[in-house]
Amino acid sequence: MLDFFAVESLLTPEQIAIRDTVREFVDGEVLPGIREWWDNYTFPLHLKNTIGELGLFGANLPEEYGCAGVDNVAYGLIQYELERGDSGLRSFTSVQGSLVMYPIYAYGSEAQKRRYLPELAAGRLVGCFGLTESDGGSDPGAMRTRARKDGDGWVLNGAKMWITNSPIADIAIVWAKDDENVVRGFIVPTGTPGFSAPEITSKMSMRASITGEIVLADCRVGPEALLPGVAGLKGPLGCLTQARYGIAWGALGALEAVYTTARDYAATRTTFGKPIAARQLVQDKLVRMVTDHSLGLLLAHQLGALKDAKRMTFTQVSLAKRNNVRVALNGARLAREILGGNGITTEYPVIRHMLNLETVDTYEGTHDIHTLIVGRDITGEGALE
Amino acid sequence: MWVYGESRDGQPTPVTLELVSQASASGDATVVFLGAGAAGAAAVAGEYGAAHALVDENPVYDQYLALPAVDALASLVAARQPDLLLFATTYDSRDVASRLAARLGCGVVSNATGIEAVDGGYRVLTPWGSETVAVCEVTGGGTAIVLARPKAFTATHTGGSCAVEQFTGQPGAGAQAVQIVETVEEVAEGPSLADAKVVVSGGRGLGKPENFTLIEELADLLGGATGATRAVVDAGWRPYAEQVGQTGVTVKPDVYLAWGISGAIQHLAGMKNAKAIVAVNRDPDAPLLRNADLGVVGDALKILPQLIDEVKRRRNG
Amino acid sequence: MRIVVCVKQVPDPNAGVARIDPGTKRLVRDGVPNILDPGVEVALEAALQLAEAGGDNTVTALAMGPESATEALRRALAMGAHEAALVTDPGLAGSDTLGTARALAAAIKQVGFDLVVCATESTDGYSGMVPGMVAELLGVPHLSFIRQLSATGDAITAQRVTAHGYQTLRCALPALVAIASGSHEPRYPALRGIMAAKRKQIATYDLAALGLGAADAGEAGARERVLALQPAEQRSAGAVIEDDGTAAARIADFLQQRGVL
Repeated sequence: MLDFFAVESLLTPEQIAIRDTVREFVDGEVLPGIREWWDNYTFPLHLKNTIGELGLFGANLPEEYGCAGVDNVAYGLIQYELERGDSGLRSFTSVQGSLVMYPIYAYGSEAQKRRYLPELAAGRLVGCFGLTESDGGSDPGAMRTRARKDGDGWVLNGAKMWITNSPIADIAIVWAKDDENVVRGFIVPTGTPGFSAPEITSKMSMRASITGEIVLADCRVGPEALLPGVAGLKGPLGCLTQARYGIAWGALGALEAVYTTARDYAATRTTFGKPIAARQLVQDKLVRMVTDHSLGLLLAHQLGALKDAKRMTFTQVSLAKRNNVRVALNGARLAREILGGNGITTEYPVIRHMLNLETVDTYEGTHDIHTLIVGRDITGEGALE
Repeated sequence: MWVYGESRDGQPTPVTLELVSQASASGDATVVFLGAGAAGAAAVAGEYGAAHALVDENPVYDQYLALPAVDALASLVAARQPDLLLFATTYDSRDVASRLAARLGCGVVSNATGIEAVDGGYRVLTPWGSETVAVCEVTGGGTAIVLARPKAFTATHTGGSCAVEQFTGQPGAGAQAVQIVETVEEVAEGPSLADAKVVVSGGRGLGKPENFTLIEELADLLGGATGATRAVVDAGWRPYAEQVGQTGVTVKPDVYLAWGISGAIQHLAGMKNAKAIVAVNRDPDAPLLRNADLGVVGDALKILPQLIDEVKRRRNG
Repeated sequence: MRIVVCVKQVPDPNAGVARIDPGTKRLVRDGVPNILDPGVEVALEAALQLAEAGGDNTVTALAMGPESATEALRRALAMGAHEAALVTDPGLAGSDTLGTARALAAAIKQVGFDLVVCATESTDGYSGMVPGMVAELLGVPHLSFIRQLSATGDAITAQRVTAHGYQTLRCALPALVAIASGSHEPRYPALRGIMAAKRKQIATYDLAALGLGAADAGEAGARERVLALQPAEQRSAGAVIEDDGTAAARIADFLQQRGVL
């Protein structure tokens, strides 16, 4: 792990062991194939069983539901290592853990938890999260998807957009407004009549991740589908805080990947008789990258410590997600420059991470939205509303 | 000095003859052969310098692993007390040597590449890493056990003959604890790795096991054998039989081509006596490049297909 | 069935070139990360698969080494070993293969065993002597270079790699097997295993607990003495070129000069 400020000295032996096992997994199972998967627009679905056996899905949820029960720093380190492989792989596990398992754990009935969590933890079921709609992801309160009460069940109608995993999911967490205009969450098996999930096939980012829509046309679900524990937007927003926490760590993994590639490249690539690493302009870029990585890692670690102490606020998460993703994206662009022409081919991981990070910068609250969340917090003036 | 001889179909194995020649260079050498065809093997060993041979043709040595040979050697060594008993670093000899050493409390030096007789004792050379050789002696008296690497010594045909003595080893009943249910010979295509004139090897730098099809294709074109590093064998990419190195096969081909191999000590020990080495590696600091007659800093996966095409072109043109 | 797996911590073989201290004439371990021997991981995987195949089995990981070797044991526990034990004593430093085997065999007797599983050889020492020596000291048969292993009742069946193919062997327990490298793909330690490993106690044994004296192990008992270290013969360096697109042609030229093309 790139660790200029010895953050490892703040880690417990178990956190280090967890990081190492995920690192080995990524080195052994992900890096050898990722270029091909990304180039060919395929998701390595075969990895889900190993990810499940390792216990990486919803790893910070309790053991009694088949999860690993690790602390949040360890959880963050997992996201870091996965995204060092590819943002798409981290997204796959983030969605499963933070956006599917977490709402079932936090808002679900005991029966829902027992039925779904162990299966999702093992990777035997894949989930997706339907909140965003095509008319604008930054304003989820304006959603149009409806849940009409029908007897003891519900009839869902509407469409969701940019949904990671939806074409391969077994269940979807769908957020819809009920007859009282209150946002409610539903666990919808994707085989339910009226549910469909067409794939989005034109991405130039996250090409090793499956993204789709969710179309709900008179999709009828029983009373057991409703997540009973939450009503209102705080339900989905609570999930997003979990996911954003993981992203704040994950983006730094991508930054490590592009930084080490650029550093190694600069050390061996020579121009005018010297390795380009000896050039001041190249050193400047590398130092900016390693500085950003160091600051971001210390921030992420402290965020994790606060989360474990149950003192983390969603504004802190916004600041960390906003910062760490943007510095990773900037670092990827610098690395791309250092690699010159080689920076635009997928032979090196740089352009892949760079293009992936464009998505990461946008999803789970855009850079600008997080600016406004933090801005509202520090000024008391809401610029979002 | 004694040599524990291995034979196959009544013929001493090449490494056995190497050890016999080496042992005879520093005095009277005695070779021990056990199992069917032992006497015939002993006669051949005589042509390579053995002065004496102890043979027991009891087929029990062929039917059960290690233990009967350990029983036989233990009583021979206890009765006759050689200074040094030399084994080859092979599958079977290693099993015998380790048990015998534990039974008799002998000192052991393994992976030897040199033995010198010095005033009443022996000095044994054994490589420690790629850059250092340790000079060792076995202290405390009694018979020392030394395991030597194949191809470390040269077998020299002297045309001599040896005095063959039959003995009866009397392995104990416990020596038949491991039953050999079945022995399967797997016929490999092409020349055997140990004897091939050209060896084409791949390491971790090839990225994934599928890329070894390029190694196979080039080896095939050059009439050579394929090899692999321990890291690649450990990772399950290639079978153990292809492992070149300190453990595994020692090779001495006319040309050794190393693709994506950095040159760990363990690997160098098995191939650095090749007559010529060609190494391709992306890392300019890879130790193997320094040992190569032609070192290329570059991408093995890019150059391999180009070379395959080039070889085909020159063959046909 | 009680399975004891002999575990070794070694300097990471992928962390660069190993160095030898000219003074102590031992491997320099400072500054080199130590890991569970990759060959041992393969052996442990074989043992875990055997234990998981059915029956009431325990797998105990047993290491000999300094206190820091507990890290290797923790990893073995995280991979799925049920118990762990460490043989540690200042008097063990400098042990030769037979001294190591004596200490391990004495500890294995104390732990209790039906089957001992070892790697064929360690990644740092390569002698491959210890498994056979331990078996001899325990008075049990040993099956080396094993690539496939199964158990039926109180016997094991194993496939042994030979120079020309393989042999199928059968043997009654107790016994020792040495697993061929690369024969099994070791699992990644799962998170639950890592968390469970943290809660497990590691039993320790010193020389006195094993009933061994100074002459049995350690430097005092070692029979192999290193008199001197000398530089190995180096090949004369040849040409090193950077691939500018012509490397394939250059190699082909070289092969023709050498008469193999």
